[in-house]
This record gives sequence, C-alpha cells and structure tokens, in this order.
Amino acid sequence: MLTVLNQMSMKLESRSVNEGFARQAVAAFLAQLDPTMDELNDIKTVVSEAVTNAIVHGYRDRLGYINVSVRLLEGRTVEIKVRDQGCGIADVAQARQPMFTTGDDTRSGMGFTIMESFTDRLRVRSSPGHGTLVTLTRTLSARRGAQA
Amino acid sequence: MQITHESQENQLILHYVGELDHHEARKAMDYAESLAVLYPVERYVLDLSGLTFMDSSGLAVALNLYRTLQRTGRRMVICGCPPQPLRVFQAAGIPKIIPFEEDVKC
Repeated sequence: MLTVLNQMSMKLESRSVNEGFARQAVAAFLAQLDPTMDELNDIKTVVSEAVTNAIVHGYRDRLGYINVSVRLLEGRTVEIKVRDQGCGIADVAQARQPMFTTGDDTRSGMGFTIMESFTDRLRVRSSPGHGTLVTLTRTLSARRGAQA
Repeated sequence: MQITHESQENQLILHYVGELDHHEARKAMDYAESLAVLYPVERYVLDLSGLTFMDSSGLAVALNLYRTLQRTGRRMVICGCPPQPLRVFQAAGIPKIIPFEEDVKC
C-alpha cells in the first residue's frame, strides 16, 4: 500500500453547473504537486467525464449527491474517486465500450475511452440500484523541486 | 461559453470561447444546428482557438454538426484547436473523420 501524503473530499449536488467546479477544485488541490500543464489538463478532463457520467447516467431521473475525493500517494501518484448513489450500471464492460451510450445526442459515448486514455488505471465498480464508484489513478512525472 | 458566428461568401465560421462541457453542450449543439439550417453555405469552420476546456461533450457537438452537414453534401473543418481539446479529439480518433487546420484564418 502506498502511503497517503494528503487528501481531500467534497460532496456536490448532481447539477451540471457543478462539473466545472469539480474539475477546477481537483486541479487547485493538485497544484501542490506542481504538475505539468498537460497533466493538469488530463486530470481536469477525466474528472469532468466521471462527474458528468454521475449526473447524466447515475442520477438521470433525480438530483443526488456526488462524492469526489482525491488522495495524493507517495511517488507522485494521484488517486481520484467519483462516487454516486444513483441507478448504477448493469453491464460495466458494455458501458466502457467506445461509442456506447444510453444518453441523448449530447453524449458521444467516449467518456470512458477518454478516462482510460488519460489515466494509468481506471476502475469502475457499480451495483444496479445502489450506485457507481469510478477510481482514476495517474502517476505524475518527476519535477525538480516538487514535493513527494 | 460564448458562441458567435461570422458569415462569409461561401463559408460560415463559428467561434467558440470558454469551456465546452456537458453543461454547455445542449446550447452549443442547438446553436450549430440552427445555423446549419439558416446558412446553406458549402463550408463550415469551427474556430476553437478560444476554447479553454473541452471534454467528450465537445465531441458530440462537433460530430452532430458534421453529420448534419454531410447529409446535405457540405463540408466542415476545425481550426485553431488548443492542445487540451486536441488531445480529447485525438483520443476519440476524430481527426481521421473531420479535417483539422492550424490557421484560424483558413
């Protein structure tokens, strides 16, 4: 197990206006690791995808809470968890397929593909009727003078 | 996000400024779709040089407009795409479908 050096968590209502807040807040927390602009952009993108999934799919029919937590682990590893208590995903393997979506025409079906491309590891645990937990892990490049 | 458009002789340029995510996607999509009806020009240019963030919602916006234009035999190009949106487009393989040009004044 990697040592946890710092962590934070936040609880948001599943309103689309909170997508921007969620990615900005995670990016602000990660500033202490002095990530590159590309790393920060990748992480903002995957947070946006995971939070949007919770809003559009998890809580498709109602408002609910989304928990976003970030842990900074030794070796400049960032672990982000996005959890909802929404409807869950019956077939996770199918949901992770490129172009698959149960959403409307504003959804591309590429959310999980982007989360996979921009992280080192993507884990999805879901239980129909109980919710979904998405865990995104990314190790940042070494930076001279940076912490951890 | 702000979207404006500029009509030229045989092309229409759409300028996107700000963050394009799911929260803004419906507005962006409806705006582009209504322009596709109003302006029967042959070429549409999406100027993304003012985008400060885009996630997969932007893919849906671009692909929907591309399909609408294709159905009526028209073309679309994406210009001036900053690095972050470009990585999202590339991860989805979009540059194989929609042409990308660097210069905004294309």
